[in-house]
Amino acid sequence: VAHDGVIAPGTPAPDFALRREDGSAFTRSALEGRTTVLVFYPFAFSPVCTDQLNLYQDVLDEFAVQGATLYGVSCDSSYAQKAFREALGVSIEQLSDFEPKGATCRAFGAYHPGGFAQRALVIVGPDGAVTWSYQAASPGELPGANLIFDGLAATRDSGGRRPRPAGARST
Amino acid sequence: LTELGSAPVPELSGEDHVRGRSGHPVVVEYADFECPFCAVLTLRLHGRPLRHAFRHFPVRSRHARAWAAACAAEAAGVQGRFWEMHDLLFADQGRLEDPHLWDRARSFGLDLERFDADRRSEPVAARVRRDFQSGVRAGVVTTPTLFAGGRMFAGSIDAQVLDRLAPPVGRDGDA
Repeated sequence: VAHDGVIAPGTPAPDFALRREDGSAFTRSALEGRTTVLVFYPFAFSPVCTDQLNLYQDVLDEFAVQGATLYGVSCDSSYAQKAFREALGVSIEQLSDFEPKGATCRAFGAYHPGGFAQRALVIVGPDGAVTWSYQAASPGELPGANLIFDGLAATRDSGGRRPRPAGARST
Repeated sequence: LTELGSAPVPELSGEDHVRGRSGHPVVVEYADFECPFCAVLTLRLHGRPLRHAFRHFPVRSRHARAWAAACAAEAAGVQGRFWEMHDLLFADQGRLEDPHLWDRARSFGLDLERFDADRRSEPVAARVRRDFQSGVRAGVVTTPTLFAGGRMFAGSIDAQVLDRLAPPVGRDGDA
């Protein structure tokens, strides 16, 4: 990423490794063949993040209809993320960038010098390239779900490859 | 596909629940009956010379009874009593189960059978959903969110902000 800030559309997603809640690895290959929305957020249990994930949860069906899968990404441990997700009552899977701390966030240009994930959104298309990204002006700004739907529309318009329905696998 | 991409907050229409005199500054509120900050805002709005429109923004994953409460207010609205239910819901957020909704409906003389059928009806659900979706499209992320004077105010909205929009009637001094 040549410029400061979140990874730009048109860039192939970098190689990365995050941890799922069950401890398994979530890497670049998990993005292939489907449309993925990575929701980078600063901290589990911070009040602002709470509202953001609750709102996205309430329109999760609509994301699924559009063939997009959402993941929350932060530098918290998987245990903290799971507790956070359960406390919120949301099903959005959480991915941990705990060790090496923030490596994936840095690779996506979404690492805050304060030691946490910038509040940013990245959509990766089925071919593994970033189709849309957004960085909040400050960690306190909550990006509305409307922005993600804008990004998905841009993904459909630009890529020529329509997002697959949720659950579809690439062959 | 349900269109949920960005769109400006809809202008007031005949479908909206509005109270306050025409000519007063318009505030459009997106709120959730189970949200404590929304209840506080309701108190802060009270007595101000505003034209206040209420739109539903129930965040179900956060507030288990928010959707049911929104539908109850709409069902009261079918009988022309939206604002009575609105005020009674915010007045006691600890009591939002069905029997509590029935008590409220009885207290101001709603036809209870009709109320109960309406609050579970598809048109009422569609009405709540339409408000919610218009809020999502306008960038509402948290409750309460207020649109006034071409600006958006989100979260806990303090009295100073409201004072700039419309000082309470009866307060000394002018704005």
